[in-house]
Amino acid sequence: MSNISEYFKDVFNGVLSLLKGMRVTAGYFFKPSAIVTQKYPENRKNLVMFERFKGEVVMPHNENNEHKCTGCGICEINCPNGTIEVIPKSIITEDGKKKRAIDKHIYRLGMCTFCALCVKTCPSNALAFSQKFEHAVFDRASLTKQLNKPGSQLMKGVE
Amino acid sequence: MRFDFIASYVSAFTGPWWKIFYDFSILTGAVDEWLKGSVSPFWTTVIEMVVVGVVFLLFYAVVGLFLVYAERKVCAFIQNRLGPNRIGPFGIFQTIADLVKLLFKEIIPIKNADSLLFNIAPYIVIIVNFMALAAIPYAKGLHAIDFNIGIFYILAVSSMSVVGVLLAGWSSNSKYSLIGAMRSGAQIVSYELSIGLALITIVILSGTMQLSEIVEAQRTGWFIFKGHIPAVIAFVIYVISSTAEINRGPFDMAEAESELTAGYHTEYSGIKFAFFYLAEYINMFIVASIAATMFLGGWMPFHIGNLEGFNMVMDFIPPFIWYIGKTFVIIWIIMLFKWTFPRLRIDQLLTLEWKYLLPINLVNVLIMAFLVLKGWHF
Repeated sequence: MSNISEYFKDVFNGVLSLLKGMRVTAGYFFKPSAIVTQKYPENRKNLVMFERFKGEVVMPHNENNEHKCTGCGICEINCPNGTIEVIPKSIITEDGKKKRAIDKHIYRLGMCTFCALCVKTCPSNALAFSQKFEHAVFDRASLTKQLNKPGSQLMKGVE
Repeated sequence: MRFDFIASYVSAFTGPWWKIFYDFSILTGAVDEWLKGSVSPFWTTVIEMVVVGVVFLLFYAVVGLFLVYAERKVCAFIQNRLGPNRIGPFGIFQTIADLVKLLFKEIIPIKNADSLLFNIAPYIVIIVNFMALAAIPYAKGLHAIDFNIGIFYILAVSSMSVVGVLLAGWSSNSKYSLIGAMRSGAQIVSYELSIGLALITIVILSGTMQLSEIVEAQRTGWFIFKGHIPAVIAFVIYVISSTAEINRGPFDMAEAESELTAGYHTEYSGIKFAFFYLAEYINMFIVASIAATMFLGGWMPFHIGNLEGFNMVMDFIPPFIWYIGKTFVIIWIIMLFKWTFPRLRIDQLLTLEWKYLLPINLVNVLIMAFLVLKGWHF
């Protein structure tokens, strides 16, 4: 007798669990607001990428054209595929001391794998990711970028 | 006299022209009479057969392409996606573009394949589809062949498609194809039983196998309501086992992508692959329309006993719309199966059939026979 009752219990439990699954999928089917797909070229004007998106490496500058990069070269050492090249120069500060600073911070977008090791290891938080992702260009040379703006200086207080 | 048949139509029927949507035999009868009056009986038959054939070809292509599109859309909505949305409004021309692509693709000859069987296998599947489509009642008067054993005939032909599948698998000279075809064979042989018994339950209730009479018998209420409990059980079993028979949904052992690449049609390319692909969807349409005809009244509008006013309102919707609507509701349920449940293993598949569906079905047939004997149905 117990076998028979177990058999029917099996059938009913099976049907119930299947119906539960179908309720979930049918619920999504009748809920168009749950669709997450974005129609990209159409919504290009008001497209907002999320903050964690890794578009490209940038060096934020403040309004006085100052950045935080001291030219230490840690990003260059950490980069696994030679994307970053820091070209340093030595400047003489007001009190007559020689000091290392950056001349050019070269970033080759075409070689970057967006691993974020440079951004994470930067001791002075000079690098960041921007959300721009439309990187198609007609010339490979334009993928090599200089991150520090011309005439920019080290921000005061950053050593 | 090119437009004679309009005159004969008017003489045969004096109501407004849109009445033909409620009874297609007015139109077909008028055309038939006009042809009989214009040409000899032999040519009448030839012309009528050609016209019906062309109509079925068009119907086949349109339904097949639409179902492929519908499947992609339903699957997308279930998975919170949009699905095809680039070609045409809401992407409705996507499948036409796909078909054009497949037409232009190369048909790759397979080394050491049995070329005769390899080439005729897709046609067998397609021909079987057409044979089944011909016997389905689409609307009042829109019924190509009305056998007195209609449902039996449809079961017999539609189970022949496994021959095409087995031929395709065997002649391809590929292990994936062969395993897929063998699985498909085992599956169809087992689930054919359940389909047959589920339909026999309804045949007991209706007392006839002729599809037009089965539909007519549901004028006072669909069989799923008339036969209450056993009819509902038979309906559920029919939907499950027909999903298995068309190699779809959680039962797609025959073409399990992750195990067998594409199953029995692995080696096919171009338009022959498209034939198999379309045939799969038309098979789904056929089983759905059989379910609609046997359980949900086919083209018969929804009637409740003696509620005259309600029945009149329901009669206002043309029968063809009823038929298409019911069929697509069942197709939607079958699609929901596919995109909800994970694929069964072969032993689970056979356990489901032989340990659960078949015994329940046998008892169900007995219950239905008892109900009909006692007159406990509506």
